[in-house]
Amino acid sequence: MSHRAVLPPVGEPLPLRMPDVHRARLSSGLETLIVERRDLPVVDVQIVVQAGAAHDFAAHAGRAHLTADLLDEGTSSRQALQIAEEVEALGASLRTRASWDYAAASLHVLRPHVEAATALLADVLLQPAFDDAEFDRKQRERLHAIGQERDDPRNLASMAFTRLVYGSEHPFGLPIGGVAASVTALGAADLAAYHSARYGPSAAFAVVCGDIRTDVALDLLEHHFGAWRTAVTPAPPLPAAPAPRSRAIRIVDRPGAPQSEIRIGHAGPPRSSPDYVALHVANTILGGAFTSRLNILLREEKGYTYGAGSSFAFRRNGGPFVASTAVGTAATADAVNDMVSEVGRLVAEPVTANELARAQSYLVLGLPRTFETTGDVAEHVSELALYDLPHDYYEEYAAAVRRVTPAEVQAAAARWLRPEELVIVVAGDAAAVSDELASLGIGAVDEYDEDAC
Amino acid sequence: MSTTKTPAERRLDIEFEDYRLDNGLRVVLAPDASAPVVGVNIWYNVGSRNEREGRTGFAHLFEHMMFQGSEHVPEMAHFALIEQAGGSLNGSTWLDRTNYYETLPAHYLELGLWLESDRMGFLLPAMTQDKLDNQRDVVKNERRWRVDNQPYGDWDERLQAMMYPPEHPYHHSVIGSMEDLDAASLEDVQQFFRTYYAPNNAVLSLVGDIDVPAAKALVERYFGGIPRGADIPALPGRTELSPTMGGEVRDTVEQDISLARIYHAYRTPVYGSDEFYAGLVASYVLGYGRAALLFRTLIREQQLAQDVVTYAFPIVVGSSMLVLWATARPGVDVAQLDDAVSTQIAALSDVADADVERAVSLIETRHLQELQTVAERADQLSMFATLFDDPGRINTELARIRAVSTADVRDFARRYLQPENRAVLTYVPKGGAR
Repeated sequence: MSHRAVLPPVGEPLPLRMPDVHRARLSSGLETLIVERRDLPVVDVQIVVQAGAAHDFAAHAGRAHLTADLLDEGTSSRQALQIAEEVEALGASLRTRASWDYAAASLHVLRPHVEAATALLADVLLQPAFDDAEFDRKQRERLHAIGQERDDPRNLASMAFTRLVYGSEHPFGLPIGGVAASVTALGAADLAAYHSARYGPSAAFAVVCGDIRTDVALDLLEHHFGAWRTAVTPAPPLPAAPAPRSRAIRIVDRPGAPQSEIRIGHAGPPRSSPDYVALHVANTILGGAFTSRLNILLREEKGYTYGAGSSFAFRRNGGPFVASTAVGTAATADAVNDMVSEVGRLVAEPVTANELARAQSYLVLGLPRTFETTGDVAEHVSELALYDLPHDYYEEYAAAVRRVTPAEVQAAAARWLRPEELVIVVAGDAAAVSDELASLGIGAVDEYDEDAC
Repeated sequence: MSTTKTPAERRLDIEFEDYRLDNGLRVVLAPDASAPVVGVNIWYNVGSRNEREGRTGFAHLFEHMMFQGSEHVPEMAHFALIEQAGGSLNGSTWLDRTNYYETLPAHYLELGLWLESDRMGFLLPAMTQDKLDNQRDVVKNERRWRVDNQPYGDWDERLQAMMYPPEHPYHHSVIGSMEDLDAASLEDVQQFFRTYYAPNNAVLSLVGDIDVPAAKALVERYFGGIPRGADIPALPGRTELSPTMGGEVRDTVEQDISLARIYHAYRTPVYGSDEFYAGLVASYVLGYGRAALLFRTLIREQQLAQDVVTYAFPIVVGSSMLVLWATARPGVDVAQLDDAVSTQIAALSDVADADVERAVSLIETRHLQELQTVAERADQLSMFATLFDDPGRINTELARIRAVSTADVRDFARRYLQPENRAVLTYVPKGGAR
């Protein structure tokens, strides 16, 4: 028999070597996490602050995002263009952004320039000017972007979905960049106030990863952030997610659209959930990998789509569970029906031993390739600090994934998936898909009305 | 060009071994034990440029068929085996090439070689009409998703048709037309495979935690017995082009969009030429970073544009393109934006040293950042071996970029970034601004 006829042998696994994280505090109290990676002369530096969009009121949607966006548009000592010129003359990239759980300023730079670039990083983080002219320009830019986002059916579907799940009173119900009304209502002073209230050492940490000695990195951070004294005002608590309603289908009408963008799901658990690992495994089986149930069914078996998947957001305070795909208009109703069935099956039946073993291997054996770059490592290390995870978290995570049983996957799915309360959004040609969707009998079909939720 | 390097620069060099099997397969091995992973990458020297008339999109559709199993690999097994080994995988088709790649835990190297060799040598026995029909549907949905149901989604298709004459292999898009996808048959799959998917038309690169003698033995074991194919036919159509276009081509498209957008495409020398690198630096001067020329003028000072992007196509047949686009702010007349873009393009003929230095520094950092993953290193080794017969260019690319002077960028701009050497494509909102 040819050697091709059998699966090749597997070599000896190499031990999982997780990066060695040095943790320390600066005299300002700022927590620091440092990882030496000396193979290439690059360094990543990140300052992560608990000033994400989830830390603000829904009424101020877009404020956290715009605040982070304006950090590098001028400081007390540098004009906006001057910052860009200085950063780019070093060949560096400096990005400031807000996500749901945090805001961050991230630097990627070649080793010889790390001192100069870190000085710029500190300047934009600690001394932003929130100048009126720069604010006006960025505010207009954001308002135009909000208009532009509506041209893209992928965004239209996602925005309608989160709005239906969380409503307009919860930050998660609105786009992270805000809506026209909330952004229009903002002024430069609002951003300055948000910055003074939320950006401080007690609600932040620093991550350094790359070609720099730990003591040198610590000295550098101490020099720039050792005297950071801003006191942080606690963020308002998040409102509860709206009570779930019975399953319904909402159509965002796009007459003549060749495809329907589909989003199916509801509110999901926080990152701290004891079910995190079991749900991660469950989602890998449902829609987290190429060979997951949704993609195999809708793409490889039926040819309805270029891809289908699912995810839990796992933010600090929850966030949506969503299954997503885009299918040819004619396949819309059948695809919706399949997706609803697959979510239900995960609750109704235990996964097979074979599926579970494949998902476990995918997650555990895949860990090392998610630690390849300095940026990857910085992201993982940030996750440790952001979600209060122990230093040996990734080793323990691998073991926990291996321990999960089919019964635990089903129990976690039953706790967090509610097939009868799924929010179903279809952005597509209403005239072509409505009747068939209604005849599925899985829920009322109505046109989506943004103002009604 | 000077290739003298400092000790620090030599430390960055990627060491590799480059050889051929008897059947013509070129193999590049680059051991690196810094992470317990291996990147497996194959470039086949075939892309949409090789497609015959009536079969646009076929090279890409064929790429999808390569994941549908082969004689010894059951249907669905390719993805499943790699994912259950914790690997990531994909393939992609472009104008000049088709690549296939996976990143695996290092101890699964042999799995990757088995899968790649089986589809290189034994694909056809596993091909069926059902699989073709299924993947045809998938690809048609990929086209809907990327092109037909996306704002400005057909820009590259339109620019290629404007920039290259119908008989040139770059005249049509990689994704192809729905009609041609419908026309593809199993016979086409067989013929395409026999013509282009041969070891003598491919480069295999392995980068990561490998033992070189053991890897060589495995490569020979899995690929050595695959027979050499016939010589590869010349590209269809006519590949010769005059260095510049000799006239401006314009088109306007109405779409369901809220903001107008303008695209400029300039005919430029091909990837690999010295002038291409001057063009690459010019593209960074114009559009990369917030201190870039177009960014600071159109977005910051004049506030005419919402965004600006520039891109030098790394393609090698006849001529390349330097493409830029700018999205108009609401209420800004597209003609005004067009003029403003053209003014900045003209200013490049007198570009300042500081702008060129900024661009070169940014390219350098980006290059080193990309080389952090085994997948990217393997892909670049395959690319340089395929396009320029020299994987070692992975180590001299930065020197070529650093060798670009301000005078080179100015000369490039004067020669190529001229109105009579471009296509201008404008998208405007249907029925006027919303």
